[in-house]
Amino acid sequence: MELVNLFVKSVFIENMIFAYFLGMCSYLAVSKTVKTAVGLGAAVIFVLAITVPLNYLIDNYLLREGALKWLGPQFAQMDLSFISYILFIAVIASMVQLVEMVVEKFAPALYGALGIFLPLIAVNCAILGGSLFMQQKDFSTISEASVYGLGSGVGWFLAILAIASIREKISYSNIPAPLKGLGITFILTGLMAIAFMSFMGIKL
Amino acid sequence: MAAKKEKKQDKPIVLFVNEEKEPLLSKKNIALVTDPLNDNNPITVQVLGICSALAITVQLKPALVMAIAVMAVVASSNVIVSLIRNFIPNRIRIIVQLVIVAGLVVLVDLILKAFAYDVSKQLSVFVGLIITNCIVMGRLEAFALANGPWKSFLDGIGNAAGYGIILVIVAFFRELLGSGKLFGFHVIPEEVYQMGYMNNGLMLLSPMALITVGLLIWVQRSRNRKLIEK
Repeated sequence: MELVNLFVKSVFIENMIFAYFLGMCSYLAVSKTVKTAVGLGAAVIFVLAITVPLNYLIDNYLLREGALKWLGPQFAQMDLSFISYILFIAVIASMVQLVEMVVEKFAPALYGALGIFLPLIAVNCAILGGSLFMQQKDFSTISEASVYGLGSGVGWFLAILAIASIREKISYSNIPAPLKGLGITFILTGLMAIAFMSFMGIKL
Repeated sequence: MAAKKEKKQDKPIVLFVNEEKEPLLSKKNIALVTDPLNDNNPITVQVLGICSALAITVQLKPALVMAIAVMAVVASSNVIVSLIRNFIPNRIRIIVQLVIVAGLVVLVDLILKAFAYDVSKQLSVFVGLIITNCIVMGRLEAFALANGPWKSFLDGIGNAAGYGIILVIVAFFRELLGSGKLFGFHVIPEEVYQMGYMNNGLMLLSPMALITVGLLIWVQRSRNRKLIEK
């Protein structure tokens, strides 16, 4: 039950885009059509669900104060958390490369669909943001961390799917010329974020 | 001027060709700094670096600190990458760039923690997110990999300034309308409140940041017609 709550919370209440604005660059750049949006969204779910638990393990067994106790009592005082940025981003970049190679080998159809989006993901703020929030939230088990990663990915997917559908719909609407494209997308995202705020009152 | 240029070109210079050809602050180089402020603004035109930009614009102070931090990271990473650009293998360049940027961000984070602890607490994970700020990677990929160090430095300063300007404008409106303060000082006089004026709490919430940027884009593009998208 705890885990279901956490999942719902990370999808709706703490939505990566509407609550924290993470991954906005690719969200704005790739949301012109629904098809590409779905591809990128799926890739984000995939990578978030892998890297968050992996970084959880690294954080708990390498970086945190006292995390190195398994090496021997003399390491119990070590606190390596200041290098967590470098380690997290290295894990993410190498995981993305690894995932790209595995997908290319075993699922060429999926690779063709995700293709250009996979390398883009290494620099998507939502991925690193997921790991950093995981570190801040102090999850007690790895299953919580994995559910959080999966939930954030699904939330991001829903957000990009929604904005892509709206943008396809409004492409023939009468919008003031200076507002066309980027401007209206910003305002739409703001309005959607206000709608998503109605989830905030729900305590889980 | 032209004769001078031709003379210099005879010399075989490898690393600093661009810099030797023209004076340090030539027109072209100044344009590198001023262009991103308006015509080629990283946020409103290039759509880079929105990720960490919006969440920290509730107040002016963190926004300003963030802008300075980004400027330091963009300028120095641009210089470093452009210095070693000929030695980076193409296939792994993204990882190399990420590691350089991450190292610089760790430095910035530690400096903030040492000298501005309360601001660094307010910024929380967003300092770390400078690493994946699209501005940094975008400028590295688009500019530093193809240009010399001095030009890259100017480009970094210019783009970070363009980013900072938007950040400060958004934060100015959000703090003024949301809590009636600027830099933490009350600026709206007490009498106005007694006449029935109220702070707009909605401005403090995250959605209004997006809408403010949307309106900014509207204003900018109606003044600068050539930026309008078809």
